[in-house]
Amino acid sequence: MTDLALLSVRGARKRFGPVLALDGVDIDIERGEIHALMGENGAGKSTLIRCVSGVHSPDAGSVSVAGVPARPRTPREAELFGISCVHQEVHLIPHLSVAENICLGREPTRRFPFPGIRWGAVRERARQAVERVGFEIDVRRELCTCSIAAQQLVAIARSLDCGARVVILDEPTSSLNEREVEALFSVLRRLRANGLGILLVTHFLDQVYRIADRITVLRDGRLVGTRSAADLSRAELVAMMVGRAIHREPRAEQHASRAEQPRFAARGLRRRGALDAVDCSVDRGEAVGLAGLLGSGRSETLRAIFGADPIDAGTMTLDGHPVRPGSPREAMRVGIAFLPEDRKRDGIIPSLSVRENIILALQARRGVFARVSNREALLLADRFIAALRIRTPSPETPVHRLSGGNQQKTLIARALATDPLLLLLDEPTRGIDIGAKEDVLDLVRSERERGVAIIMASSELEELVRACGRVVVLRDRRSVAELMGSAVDPTAIVRAIAEAAPEPDVEIATRG
Amino acid sequence: MIRERQSPPERRSLPHRPRLVPRLDPSVVPSAATALVLVAAFLLGAARYENFASWMVLRNLLVDNAYLGIAAVGATFVILAGGIDLSVGAVMAMTSVLVARLVEHAGVHPAVAIAVAILAGMSFGLAQGSLIQLFGLPAFLVTLAGMFLARGAAFALHPQSLGVRHPFVAQLLNDSLSLHIPLGPRGVVIPITVVVAGAVIAITWWTLRQTPFGRAVHAIGDDEHAATLMGVPVGRVRVMTYAIAGGLSALAGVAFTLYQQAGDPTACKGLELDAIAAVVIGGTLLRGGVGGVIGTLMGVLILGLIQTIITFEGDLSSWWTRIVVGVLVLAFVALQRGVDAIASRRLTSAA
Repeated sequence: MTDLALLSVRGARKRFGPVLALDGVDIDIERGEIHALMGENGAGKSTLIRCVSGVHSPDAGSVSVAGVPARPRTPREAELFGISCVHQEVHLIPHLSVAENICLGREPTRRFPFPGIRWGAVRERARQAVERVGFEIDVRRELCTCSIAAQQLVAIARSLDCGARVVILDEPTSSLNEREVEALFSVLRRLRANGLGILLVTHFLDQVYRIADRITVLRDGRLVGTRSAADLSRAELVAMMVGRAIHREPRAEQHASRAEQPRFAARGLRRRGALDAVDCSVDRGEAVGLAGLLGSGRSETLRAIFGADPIDAGTMTLDGHPVRPGSPREAMRVGIAFLPEDRKRDGIIPSLSVRENIILALQARRGVFARVSNREALLLADRFIAALRIRTPSPETPVHRLSGGNQQKTLIARALATDPLLLLLDEPTRGIDIGAKEDVLDLVRSERERGVAIIMASSELEELVRACGRVVVLRDRRSVAELMGSAVDPTAIVRAIAEAAPEPDVEIATRG
Repeated sequence: MIRERQSPPERRSLPHRPRLVPRLDPSVVPSAATALVLVAAFLLGAARYENFASWMVLRNLLVDNAYLGIAAVGATFVILAGGIDLSVGAVMAMTSVLVARLVEHAGVHPAVAIAVAILAGMSFGLAQGSLIQLFGLPAFLVTLAGMFLARGAAFALHPQSLGVRHPFVAQLLNDSLSLHIPLGPRGVVIPITVVVAGAVIAITWWTLRQTPFGRAVHAIGDDEHAATLMGVPVGRVRVMTYAIAGGLSALAGVAFTLYQQAGDPTACKGLELDAIAAVVIGGTLLRGGVGGVIGTLMGVLILGLIQTIITFEGDLSSWWTRIVVGVLVLAFVALQRGVDAIASRRLTSAA
């Protein structure tokens, strides 16, 4: 009809306080196209989706549907423009029926004899929508009795019933198994054949190459580029996402000799929806890095080792003894310490002082009622404030008054105060300034030299390379490669992350 | 060097297959339990006391609980939508005094007075709902403040009980306007308050089950965020539930005035809690989204039956009613928790 793109975004810009979450992003989605939107954490994918689907309004830029300017202010308005969004955690009403969920807010009604909903028509419309999506379900079933995969298909059916021309899917496959992913993809291919535009947000490389026609990569709120999937190699894609100017850095010297028995070893860690098969071990005085894209299982591995999330299968040993911490308290008792990724949410107690924050974990390890004397606490606090170069007016300053880097150091001090055998660091340098980053990396080195075993997850490949003598690469929730010695460099890691997994179809065949 | 690891073959659960025998839908369990308790309470009374299973006792059960029933229907709207209303009893007292004063001191016709009172109740609820919605204030506190305000207003209107002796009121209550049912030796006369309560329940059932508004009430109580994203006018629906609850509280206050033939500023203290108890025993989840007005009807009847049984027992203090109700509420909360847990376990095992 026309050569105008179905959905066209130009110069989208959105600022949240000091953070520029989107900075002049352009994206076009054509009719009959599956377009993948990719990027690491904080790249601006979610913000872009929210701006297009009416959850946020962009500060600048334009959105148009088939050439008609659209500026949706609510999700409902976006639906009226033909833009519909299906989220990973399905936003439907659990205790209504499938049919009601498809028609909610747009139910066909009658006036006589009493004004009310025409349930027959509701079910019929729902059935038609479900059929257009191409799956089978009893539309009278209560939604919460359906699997997540089915709920997502119901959400897509709802989009079609709303007259959507552009369907945005936000991480639709994160909680699906392989068979369900294949079912979803065949639905998407069907919609593509019907001329819909599909924007797919995902971090699974294999899936992107299975289904996407074009790929747009965002990084730090900016557009890195839009490329045809057929012409873009995995390594190039990963490089676009992590933004690598690949060059050599001084690296941590390799751990001299593998000890007979590692300090800590995990085998086959598995947790439904988070980890599939992760192996990882670390010796005394060694730092092991976990590399992988967002969602590959980096944080999940650390959380599982620390007992923050229970595992379904797998074994762990600490100094040869089997351990299976059921809670962070148990993990701390056997000598494992953890620095969480999101320090604001999981770590710092903002109104307590630096000293109190530091001794918190020690207190937890000894028991709530055991007394940690004031003298001991002060000595400890002073020691760590000096050792970690925490810049604070006094140990009694509330920790929320410190800069991000110093808050992070306080948290690390807290972990170290328990004198751990194994230290788990999740993104230890995220969101802190350059100087503090150097201090944190120095600290990793000195703790390693003291004989502490360290496992560190980071999306900053250069840091991993500098701090760790060995790097375990995770992809799609599994450990897929291990790099040692001179093989540890950013290029090799990117290559390992980008390696193609075995074809899923083959897997299904061998299983069936 | 790179060591590639062989990934183990995946083991996945089979996709969902339809079952030959349908399982008991967990969402039905609470209402089934409510019905069971209702029947059990009645059978207990009938087995223990000679005159229990009579039309007279049943009629009195309805008459004595009509106003509680109307108030509890209002509470059902609010609770289904995920809110709470603590002002019910106080609004009832306020409207009952308002009706009494308008009729007795201002010489207003009772029909007009009743209309004014219901409008006043609706506006009160509308104001509470607007505060909750527009300013994001906690419903518990807004309606707690509303409770104090309405109770105070009742006393300000008239500090003591005030009898209503207008002939229209007598007419409303006398047999001509009541339902005559040829049952039992002398027939059963159902007064208008019970008829109104029945009508309120029927209309509410229709509204909640069969209209887009009613489904929206369920939707915002179940998952407000999702409902917003699905284009449900969450704010309007929520404010409406409070306005309806206010109006029904006022109607309940009117029913109470007719029942007592007086307006009383001290009346109905803590009745909102009885209403909430009836709603919860009726199988409606306090967090909203699941439940309905039929359950509430059964809940009210259960509360009434317990009261009746305690009265029949004679030498038991009426406070025993409270103890039994307390135990029942606890039992139902535990039951709902259990049903939730089972439902979610099934879902994860199916996923």
